[in-house]
Amino acid sequence: MAEENFDWMAAANKKAKGKRPEYFDDPEDERMLSILMAVVGEVSVLRERMDTVERLLEAKGSINRADIESYTPDKQAAYERGAMIREYIYRVMRGPHQMVQELEQSEPPVEEVSRELKEI
Amino acid sequence: MSTTPTEQKLDVAPPYNAVARHGVSPEPSHDEIARFDFLANFNKFLSGALGPGNKLAYDRRVLPAFLKEHGREPQDRFEIRRAMNKDPFHKFWSALKRNSMEMRQQNGRSMVLRQIDELNARARQFNEGRDTLELNPEIDVPRYQSAVDIHCMPGSYHGEELPGDVSAGANYDCGIFATTAGGLGALSDGGGQALVEWIKKERPGWEPRRVLDIGTTVGHNIVPLALAFPNTEFIAIDTAAPILRYAHARAQSLGATNITFIQANAEDLSRWDDGTFDWVQTTMFLHETSGKALPRIIAEGYRVLADGGLMFHLEQPEYSDAMPLYEQFIRDWDAFNNNEPFWSSMHALDMKTVMVEAGFDRAELFESGVRAVVDTDIFPEAATGDDEDHGRAAYWHAYGAWKNSDQMQHAAE
Ligand SMILES: C[S@@+](CC[C@H](N)C(=O)[O-])C[C@H]1O[C@@H](n2cnc3c(N)ncnc32)[C@H](O)[C@@H]1O
Repeated sequence: MAEENFDWMAAANKKAKGKRPEYFDDPEDERMLSILMAVVGEVSVLRERMDTVERLLEAKGSINRADIESYTPDKQAAYERGAMIREYIYRVMRGPHQMVQELEQSEPPVEEVSRELKEI
Repeated sequence: MSTTPTEQKLDVAPPYNAVARHGVSPEPSHDEIARFDFLANFNKFLSGALGPGNKLAYDRRVLPAFLKEHGREPQDRFEIRRAMNKDPFHKFWSALKRNSMEMRQQNGRSMVLRQIDELNARARQFNEGRDTLELNPEIDVPRYQSAVDIHCMPGSYHGEELPGDVSAGANYDCGIFATTAGGLGALSDGGGQALVEWIKKERPGWEPRRVLDIGTTVGHNIVPLALAFPNTEFIAIDTAAPILRYAHARAQSLGATNITFIQANAEDLSRWDDGTFDWVQTTMFLHETSGKALPRIIAEGYRVLADGGLMFHLEQPEYSDAMPLYEQFIRDWDAFNNNEPFWSSMHALDMKTVMVEAGFDRAELFESGVRAVVDTDIFPEAATGDDEDHGRAAYWHAYGAWKNSDQMQHAAE
């Protein structure tokens, strides 16, 4: 038996041994991004749960929690839910996604365009 | 012509529901499934939609700046890494990816640890009193396993949350779905399935007497072989007890009762006589050893391999001189960002030379590409090329050799 004091929630958060690389100039940003990404993940979880509830209600009219826990999407529903998650990811990741487009286009600063328009 | 949104088939990850259950699978709640669904699709996004940005950043600004500053091309992947680590896009991409890895661990551990008593009890049912599981507490954890927690897996393979527990195995087993976006198939055994297909084509009708799997972890890639060769005796070794408890229970529940799991260090196989095995293999293992341990393991493997027997190693591709430095750099991401401290040196090794030094004749060696075999109705085929998730793609490089096959053939003639 797990002992009384085995706190699995705390244990789940155990840090992996090995110095964590720093990606940002300010260490606070590392923490902020980790919180933000956890929330991004949890919002996706909520959406998927809502989708389960909606599908079950549509099919059965009334449901209980056990129905939600045991719900297994069929192939079509699984695909639709995958597409829903994908759409969600593209929406929240717009910033980094646009960084890729920016790299593709290598655009001049708008200030430069502004100077140009003044002259034409 | 492009298709309209309604007729398009989007590239989405399969749902975690599609993962097959066995006797010691953690039971996921609705939301735990949803967490892995998110991560699987997020990883696809990181490699597919954002990944190409790294190369763009390199070509468009990092390389030109490097050329300007140094007046020459970068000499190796390390110089590229140091330059790329200052690039805002690569930094942000790396931070996202690191978070995805950390979330995978947290999500897997929270699912496993909340049901740890139940999992340990189920494992005991499969393990207690069986002579197919041999744990040897005197086996030390090698330094290359304890220096850092490999792939950011808290507690690594050998860590125990409670005495006698299997959580390390259960966490490893459940989360590999998320990091590979389902690319390894329903039982995460696409590599082992591919081995079965490969050998049946390569040597139709051949049946090895005894097979050794080194660094088996939870036995993902040995169980398919054991099921395909039910009359063969399989020995699967690992240094980590928690992993082996889980592996044994998992294999038993899947009907692979012809595998004996033994806690042993592959650097010392002295308990087995020369020529004991017809097949000695490692799968995705060698990159987690060390500079001195790797050749020792290959040499020991050579010694216990019988004449006419097969040595086989599956790994990510090696960094040959022909591989562009940028590709070497991006393949190295896990080494420094996902706690794989031997990864970079291992992939720069010339495995063929290591195998020759262990005793093989150069002419006996072969190489081959191996793609995970999965049920493609549900699971994706491994993406290679621009979309590849380097380090995790379910497409491997095989280094193999048939020991003294030339002599055997001459003797038969
Ligand atoms: C990346 S995993 C291997 C994955 C596994 N072969 C598969 O295909 O799923 C590496 C494993 O090797 C084990 N290991 C590391 N060094 C070892 C050694 N010297 N002898 C035996 N096992 C070792 C670790 O405990 C860990 O379980």
